[in-house]
Amino acid sequence: MSTETHELGGHIVPYKDLVLVVTALVILTGITVFVSTLDFGYAALNIFIAMAIASVKACLVSLWFMHLKFEDVITWIFIIFSLVLLCLLIGFSLSDEFLRITPKVNF
Amino acid sequence: MAATSVEHLHSDGHFVTPQDKYSSMKLGMWLFIATEILLFGGLFAVYAIYRAKFPEMFFNGRDELSLLLGTTNTVILIVSSFSIAMGVTAIQRGKKNLLTFLIIVTLLCGALFGVNKYFEYTAKFHHGIFPSTDIFFALYFMMTSLHMLHVIVGMAILFIIMIFNMKGKYSPSNYTAPEVGALYWHLVDVIWIYLFGLLYLVA
Repeated sequence: MSTETHELGGHIVPYKDLVLVVTALVILTGITVFVSTLDFGYAALNIFIAMAIASVKACLVSLWFMHLKFEDVITWIFIIFSLVLLCLLIGFSLSDEFLRITPKVNF
Repeated sequence: MAATSVEHLHSDGHFVTPQDKYSSMKLGMWLFIATEILLFGGLFAVYAIYRAKFPEMFFNGRDELSLLLGTTNTVILIVSSFSIAMGVTAIQRGKKNLLTFLIIVTLLCGALFGVNKYFEYTAKFHHGIFPSTDIFFALYFMMTSLHMLHVIVGMAILFIIMIFNMKGKYSPSNYTAPEVGALYWHLVDVIWIYLFGLLYLVA
């Protein structure tokens, strides 16, 4: 991995690395489409695999295409903080959906 | 003395050095990306709740979508993201004309994505499927059209950057705008990667 940097302080990602990343992204797209046609018997497993592969692809795009791998701590804090908020939002919404007990009230 | 500090001011006045301007503008775009994650995150939360409540509706809805068109659009956006990432490396190395060419490739990919989306939408309307059909299609149209709006905005930003680049505004010592514009375009790609998984794949 090259450590070439620039006078502005930005990191230069070599063409070769970008080609490797795009190849991986296209292969992962093929895998996730293929896996979506399989029936494991549990829909939850399909959801988990599709989202796991999507997350790997999102990491590849952000780390290399968006240069996040070479960014400073404050940028990482912004992104991780917003992802934590996103997990709270989706996590609490889903736990409410699955765990809520509707009281039976007789008038 | 005040006069000595004025000498160090960058042309825009707000920043002491070009490095300050570069890192501030990049940080600004990352902050914007954080808010965008939460904008789409709200829709993802709605999706998660209704997917849990009405699984059959989501199975049936997904079967109406064209997996071929969805996959094609995913590959198109990945290639466009790759092309603009190559463009940033090109301008960092002083290859101005290569950046112009790669932005044109990116814009063509964006336009192709829009054409595919147009055919997908009209096919749905022909089959009598509208946002009012059910919650799945309400979410489908809401999420994909909000994403399409981002594609159009991203294309406009890259087009303006391309014009400035053809006028020779960018160089290895000034590539802030191409890099920040590319960040926005990659965000559009990342959002689509999740939309593709949620709408077209999950059964």
